[in-house]
Amino acid sequence: MTTNHILTVENLTARFQTPDGEVAAVNNVNFHLDPGETLGVVGESGSGKTQLFMSIMGLLAKNGTSSGSVRYKDSEILNLPARELNKIRGVSMSMIFQDPMTSLNPYLKISKQMTEVLVEHRGMSEAEALKRAIAMLDRVGIPGAAQRVHMYPHEFSGGMRQRVMIAMALLCDPEVLIADEPTTALDVTVQAQILDLLRDLQKDFNTATVMITHDLGVVAGLCDRVMVMYGGRVVETGSVRDIYYDSHHPYTEGLLKSMPRIDHANEESLFAIPGQPPNLQNLPTGCAYQERCGYVMDRCCAERPVLKVFDQGRASACFREDGQ
Amino acid sequence: MMNKSEKTAILEAAGAPAEIEGRSLWRDARIRLFRNKAAVGSMIILGIITLLAIFAPLLSPYAYDQIDWGYIQEGPNWENGHIFGTDGNGRDLFIRVLYGARVSLAVGLLATSVSLAIGVTYGAVAGYFGGKVDNIMMRFVDVLYSLPFMFFVIMLMVVFGRNIFLIFVALGAVEWLTMARIVRGQTLSLRRREFIEAAHATGVSNFKIIFRHIIPNVLGPVIVYMTLTIPQVILTESFLSFLGLGVQEPLTSWGVLISEGAKVIEASTWMLIFPALFLALTLFCFNFIGDGLRDALDPKDR
Amino acid sequence: MLSYAIRRLLIAIPTLFIVITVAFFMMRIAPGGPFDQERALPPEIEKNIKAAYDLDKPLIEQYAIYIGKLFQGDFGPSIKIRDFSVAELIMAGAPASMQLGLSAIAIALIFGVGFGTYAALRQNSAVDFAVMGVAMIGIAIPNFVMAPLLSLVFGLYLSILPTAGWGDGEIQYKILPIIALALPQIAYIARLTRGSMVEVLHSNYIRTARAKGLRETLVVNRHAIKGALLPVVSYLGPATAAVMTGSVVIESIFGVPGIGTYFIKAALNRDYPLVMGVVIVYAVMIIMLNFLVDMVYGLLDPKLKSR
Repeated sequence: MTTNHILTVENLTARFQTPDGEVAAVNNVNFHLDPGETLGVVGESGSGKTQLFMSIMGLLAKNGTSSGSVRYKDSEILNLPARELNKIRGVSMSMIFQDPMTSLNPYLKISKQMTEVLVEHRGMSEAEALKRAIAMLDRVGIPGAAQRVHMYPHEFSGGMRQRVMIAMALLCDPEVLIADEPTTALDVTVQAQILDLLRDLQKDFNTATVMITHDLGVVAGLCDRVMVMYGGRVVETGSVRDIYYDSHHPYTEGLLKSMPRIDHANEESLFAIPGQPPNLQNLPTGCAYQERCGYVMDRCCAERPVLKVFDQGRASACFREDGQ
Repeated sequence: MMNKSEKTAILEAAGAPAEIEGRSLWRDARIRLFRNKAAVGSMIILGIITLLAIFAPLLSPYAYDQIDWGYIQEGPNWENGHIFGTDGNGRDLFIRVLYGARVSLAVGLLATSVSLAIGVTYGAVAGYFGGKVDNIMMRFVDVLYSLPFMFFVIMLMVVFGRNIFLIFVALGAVEWLTMARIVRGQTLSLRRREFIEAAHATGVSNFKIIFRHIIPNVLGPVIVYMTLTIPQVILTESFLSFLGLGVQEPLTSWGVLISEGAKVIEASTWMLIFPALFLALTLFCFNFIGDGLRDALDPKDR
Repeated sequence: MLSYAIRRLLIAIPTLFIVITVAFFMMRIAPGGPFDQERALPPEIEKNIKAAYDLDKPLIEQYAIYIGKLFQGDFGPSIKIRDFSVAELIMAGAPASMQLGLSAIAIALIFGVGFGTYAALRQNSAVDFAVMGVAMIGIAIPNFVMAPLLSLVFGLYLSILPTAGWGDGEIQYKILPIIALALPQIAYIARLTRGSMVEVLHSNYIRTARAKGLRETLVVNRHAIKGALLPVVSYLGPATAAVMTGSVVIESIFGVPGIGTYFIKAALNRDYPLVMGVVIVYAVMIIMLNFLVDMVYGLLDPKLKSR
């Protein structure tokens, strides 16, 4: 059966063995990604958003195991041996990470770190690969690319390093780009530049992009659809407009309310969702959000709400869907 | 439908904690340490060796310098009480090994204490004052660090004779450098913490701050390093004694016994094996405990 | 790189002077040494010493002369071994010691890094614990215990190697001493490499390398090794110092005619000039080696290379 989704994830669970017991950082997640679209994955630290994609890319830590199904186009890729997975990683699916300072190898020149992708995956010669690398560095806005390419990472600024990472990820023209909080570690002005760059590239290369972030502002400018995660599970999905103007899940509402807004400058205090993110090793029975939810009912503490579709492309994991 | 605060009250009344309790650093470290089987085993073994060393005279019918004319350089024999055999002079090896333990452990602890005292003070002062003071003090440490200390200690022994007190001081003086570096690093990062600034603001003298606030807080790595220094010192003392430059008669140490044993290794293997075993075991144990402490205080995915 | 080199030099030079000055003053304080008024040495030696040390001149001048002589390689006469100067004795022992020392370091590097990497790639497996356990033994058992044991096992029980001696310098006489010297360093370097490699393998840039779909061999051999080996390069300085120290004992046990053997004899005989001479030579070698290692490290670490 062929599908037009480029990535289909079903029942993905990622468990970690810790000295204090087993923790499910990602719990029964289902979603899909279509070619050329940008999906925003929003959540706090600990929501499982990063581990979800580490799992998909086969980059989980040694004490982690994944179960479920991940299909890239039509082939199952979850838990493939590294040898097989390496035909996809860096070629059809690329990932860039949060901290450009530590994500590049400080002991190798940028040229090497870039050409090796092309040499390894496309069989190019060093010289050809270097030309492509310089062209790509140019494309992402590195001035003097032909000279800069022979430098070491510590000779670049944070924003430039992130551009290098993006260039490196796009060298083989992948169909999927996963960006894990690419701007969190950068200055605000640089953030805006990087996001502009990503939007630009997305249009040119038509790469399906996943934007993992905790910042709803980032999502607004870039994404077509949004997936909100809490406590390792998906709690709401929808288009960007729907999430912003018609959010259903109380957590999404909370996130929206806590975004500081210039037009609300006269308000007394900033809103913050009360309480703490849940301790995944000690989840309460019922809904993980119960202790912080303004709409909590008895049912929420007894039974866990499942993600229910209530409209075309819209789903929410909240018992209020039943009531309303 | 009840509101949230009523919910919480009921939950608390039912005994469910309103929030997760935090665990202190030391308690966490202690739990991790005791989970480490190698470290716990080592502590037990070291405890046994220490007890043997302390109660040595009670454990053998022979004195450590007593010659048994009827049993010279003979192997282990449970019947006449020479459970480790005797040495070339007919002295019981078991009691000599235990007396050797006394010397080795004493030297280890005392010399390490010397290095501790010097190193911690030096490092804390350098780290606390920072700037030029720190720079000069650390340059001095750098210079001393590149010297081959063993040779200097040997030189000291040659020049001034084999005085056990001198051995303590010499060995301690050799090991303080790394301690100073560690403490200085810790102090530098502590210095910027708020409670130090608060103490400063309320007019506590620098001296008092160093001793009352900084030093107690650098204890973690210091303890780890101490447990790793003791075996180094014991090893160095054994090395010196082996060469004939360590403790003098009538005192004996494992190094001396090993040296005597090495000379007659084919004929009387027991003379080498027993002191060597005790030495190796002790060094092992200290290393395991040190490793365990280091992991307990700063766990990484080993 | 240049500023880094200069800074290391600025540390090396004062160190050298401290060593020489300490040696100078030690000599003069030593009871029973050539400068002790109560000395009772044979007249020929007395004459040599007077000539060598210019005892009638002021202290500062003696110091200057001493340093001058050192630079010319003149360490004065040995007071216990007649007719030989310290320099001659050291030169006689140097070849044997050099051979043993350099071989030991080379072996330690090859096997240490090899075992360490092997263990790191199989972290927390039985192999890892086994290798690290054996390494622990190598560190905890002193070389003066290991050496006689090796001699016993290979020389006596298995009779495949000579228990001691040097013969004419044939290779079978060298094997046991070199192994005995190398073992603690193999252990240390293995543990160091394993720890460092494990840390590097958990770093973010290795995660990036894997995310790029590179095969594991490339990830380890191109990306991980460089960062992991830097601490090992740093350790080469102390490693050489340890081998030199160890050689003192190993040479005695195996009867190797090297500098170490002369050193022990001199220490036990209170032959101060010889002791002093050996200490200075060793100290100078270690200081130079440390400087060299620092330079190599500076060339390998890109952050230092460009400064």
